[in-house]
Amino acid sequence: MGHSERAREGPADSPELVESVIIRFAGDSGDGIQTTGALFTQDSAVSGHDISTLPDFPAEIRAPAGTVAGVSSFQLNFSSRDIHTPGDRPDVLVAMNPAALKTHLADLIPGGMVIVNEDAFTRQSFKKAGIKTDPREDGTLEGHAVHSLPVTSVTMRAVEPVGLGKKNSERCKNMFTLGVVCWLYDRDTDVIEKLIDAKYASSDPKTAEANRLALRAGHSYADTVRLVPHRYHVDRAKLPPGKYRRITGNSAAALGFVVASKLADRPLVFSSYPITPASDILHELARLRNFGIKTGQFEDEIAAMGAAIGAAYGGALGLTATSGPGVCLKSEAIGLAVMTELPVVIVDVQRGGPSTGLPTKTEQADLLQAMFGRNGESPVAIVAPQSPSDCFDMAIEAFRIAIRHMCPVFFLSDGYLANGSEPWRVPSPDELPEFRARCSPDADSFQPYGRDPDTLARPWVTPGMAGLEHRIGGLEKQDGSGEVCYEPGNHERMVRLRAGKIQRIANDIPELKVFGPDRGDLLVIGWGSTYGAIRTATERSQSSGASVACVQLRYLNPFPSNLGTILDRFDQVLVPELNSGQLRLLLRAGFLKDVQGLNKIQGQPFRTWEVQEKIDSMLGLNVRTLEEGTADVGSSSGDNPQGAIS
Amino acid sequence: MTDTFPLKYTRDDFRSDQVVRWCPGCGDYSILAQVQRMMPRICAETQTPRENVVFISGIGCSSRFPYYMDTYGFHSIHGRAPTLALGLKIARPEMQVWVITGDGDGLSIGGNHLVHAIRRNVDVKILLFNNRIYGLTKGQFSPTSEFGKKTKSSPYGVIAQPVNALGLALASRATFIARTLDTDAKHLQKTLLRAAHHRGTAFVEILQNCNIFNDGAFDNIKDRQVRDERLLFLEHDKPMRFGTGGSKVLVPSGAAHDDHFAAVSDAEANIDRALIHNEASENEGFMYALANMDYPEFPVPMGVLRAVEQATYEDLVEHQIEESKERLGPGDLQALLDAGECWTVD
Repeated sequence: MGHSERAREGPADSPELVESVIIRFAGDSGDGIQTTGALFTQDSAVSGHDISTLPDFPAEIRAPAGTVAGVSSFQLNFSSRDIHTPGDRPDVLVAMNPAALKTHLADLIPGGMVIVNEDAFTRQSFKKAGIKTDPREDGTLEGHAVHSLPVTSVTMRAVEPVGLGKKNSERCKNMFTLGVVCWLYDRDTDVIEKLIDAKYASSDPKTAEANRLALRAGHSYADTVRLVPHRYHVDRAKLPPGKYRRITGNSAAALGFVVASKLADRPLVFSSYPITPASDILHELARLRNFGIKTGQFEDEIAAMGAAIGAAYGGALGLTATSGPGVCLKSEAIGLAVMTELPVVIVDVQRGGPSTGLPTKTEQADLLQAMFGRNGESPVAIVAPQSPSDCFDMAIEAFRIAIRHMCPVFFLSDGYLANGSEPWRVPSPDELPEFRARCSPDADSFQPYGRDPDTLARPWVTPGMAGLEHRIGGLEKQDGSGEVCYEPGNHERMVRLRAGKIQRIANDIPELKVFGPDRGDLLVIGWGSTYGAIRTATERSQSSGASVACVQLRYLNPFPSNLGTILDRFDQVLVPELNSGQLRLLLRAGFLKDVQGLNKIQGQPFRTWEVQEKIDSMLGLNVRTLEEGTADVGSSSGDNPQGAIS
Repeated sequence: MTDTFPLKYTRDDFRSDQVVRWCPGCGDYSILAQVQRMMPRICAETQTPRENVVFISGIGCSSRFPYYMDTYGFHSIHGRAPTLALGLKIARPEMQVWVITGDGDGLSIGGNHLVHAIRRNVDVKILLFNNRIYGLTKGQFSPTSEFGKKTKSSPYGVIAQPVNALGLALASRATFIARTLDTDAKHLQKTLLRAAHHRGTAFVEILQNCNIFNDGAFDNIKDRQVRDERLLFLEHDKPMRFGTGGSKVLVPSGAAHDDHFAAVSDAEANIDRALIHNEASENEGFMYALANMDYPEFPVPMGVLRAVEQATYEDLVEHQIEESKERLGPGDLQALLDAGECWTVD
């Protein structure tokens, strides 16, 4: 799949064709690693490859330079075939300093390529990285193809004519490495130059010029020294026809909410409070005033939730976005939205917890919080996008469900989806189906808590409708009239009605489609962002003849109506999750099925091989001879002693 | 307004069919009565149809208020009413929104929201019923309870200084601040009307008696025998005059150090140097001192302390939208989706 530097036959200058490449850029968090990665990703996307990315950065904005704590990385998988993950182990590691090399070297495939900035390999930087000897000379890199390039010094010379000064000139060194990598993969620098121009040409032409010079210098340098005997070439991927762009999960979600507002013909009011990794949704939407989008950054998470409810009460699409700690603060108000049966959408871009936890790392540990994290019996609907681009579709789904069923809806994304990117086939908003709320009862028969016989939703009657004035609130409601009611039988009826209303959403969401055989030895069930790794692992096991299938849950409350039937058709069921077994707990409780878990709680997404290894071991296969080593990933059954919840 | 239309409501149009369930003798009855009495006039004068009137409350005795008004109403959760009002006003700027809160709801659990609602100048009328006690939870001290006060939860006395609501509102740069009394029907009505006409956050503290858990909390200032001496009714552009028969005035203290002013007898003799109330004063130190006047050193200020014009939050949101549409053109959804570098697969 990837490439290695081996001698090969063929004309001297024709590139070697490879199917996929996994490349990882790593350096100081001030080295522009995320920018480098994003630019090369964009270039790969425009080159027609399928792509998948994994940015990984420290929570500190600027950790001490040159230290392991300050290392930021960006992994890109680009391919000529359909891919679903950023890949497990990189074929190429670009390390801007010794700390980055030290941190990431172990992941590199045997025989993989290492590109380092030799100017950063000094005695002082070894000390900062906590290493004693030069890894290029002490055998550390043995077996790898090492290219030690004078990145900083050549960059400085290349950008000298612009006269930026030492510090700013040096900052262009990431563009030099980008130029090298472009050359390596048989590309020119045109697309990236255009992107640089778009960002800087008008605001800061000197920086634009310096970046361009550094980029070209890297390209020419690699060409001049013939960095490798043959460059590599990845063909275009065979994606379904259409117009594509690269998109991250947070951007896709933001766009989905804007489109939902059009489809529902209701204004969007987005109220939020800054929190990693959800803030980009606020940034994206705050720009869109000319679309009539009303955004606000308010005093705290509670205010953001309250304002979303107030907006929904007024007939707008009330939206808020946060991460787990913010959900804790919003919980009481979410309960109010449950009681008042108002359509609000709560985005939870999950991160490692508990408490402040791992702000920039991914995890799926808020599922039970979304399900149960409120006082009383307080059911909400939950959706979970399965890939960055799926955030667009599920954002629309979240609001469709919210206003059709008059309930709060959780949108469970995570750090991996939020910041990861992939190609997205751009839809035309005109082709998407509209959805409308039920809201015009006549004054004589109007009951604030009267219910639609199919969905059990109450009417969305908003201030301004004459003759329908009524009061709602957090106290228990009388069935129908909505008046305050403490009667015992009524309370039980209302608790059941609220639960029943959420359950009936199952009639209004698509059935699950199984990938693979209809029945068989093993079913792998995932939810949300684990889709890529599960799907790829399942494909690989299937190709080696295993009787395995997978499904990915994008609707978690309620579950799709055919889930139980599917579960019964397989001898074994495996649930890989980035938590200690939350979906597994729900499946065991709901279906009395002996579901097994694969649980990783390291702030990192699954690697494909981790899932594949578990599949193989559950099927008693021992087909894997790969050299990937052993992951410290917990496999859990119900009686897992390592604190799994069951 | 050119296209005005008659909005002829009566007091009964604002009475809901719910049985009012405050304790007999509670000051809240009086406040409810004055609000219901004034709403027809408020609706007519502000050209607001009844269906555009919304009462939003938090939790506490006062927060039952919306149930008794035959308008749209939302009884929300503890301290958060200003946040719902904010969202509603952003979504529907044409609504006339009243927030009903109390000293516990607004100054304790919801203190943060109150400060931020006020500084944003959202166009909502906030009526804070201050009875200096937690009534609904049966008698614990509140953030406005006086230092040393003994309650169920402070058997040895409260050991924190009380919050002065007017001072807090002023520090939050409220554009309208007033104080009135549950039992002074006329003054309450007048104050409600002023608040209703204010564009922006109108903060009104209503001193209200809880006859069960804190009976007589304000008797020492409002009893018929003493009120003239102990209350100062502020009126814009008029001397700050109080005392039996208007016998006293506030004058600049002349002292170099602390006080801005002093109370002196013999109003007539001192009328030329009496302080004139200016609702729009930008003398912040002076206004703060005025807001914090308290018995027994000073009379307690009542009426409209501050009223200034300033753009409302929701107007500024709309303004940004309009400006942005003018500058960038109305949003083109397809262009937004296509933004960035696109490529085509055939």
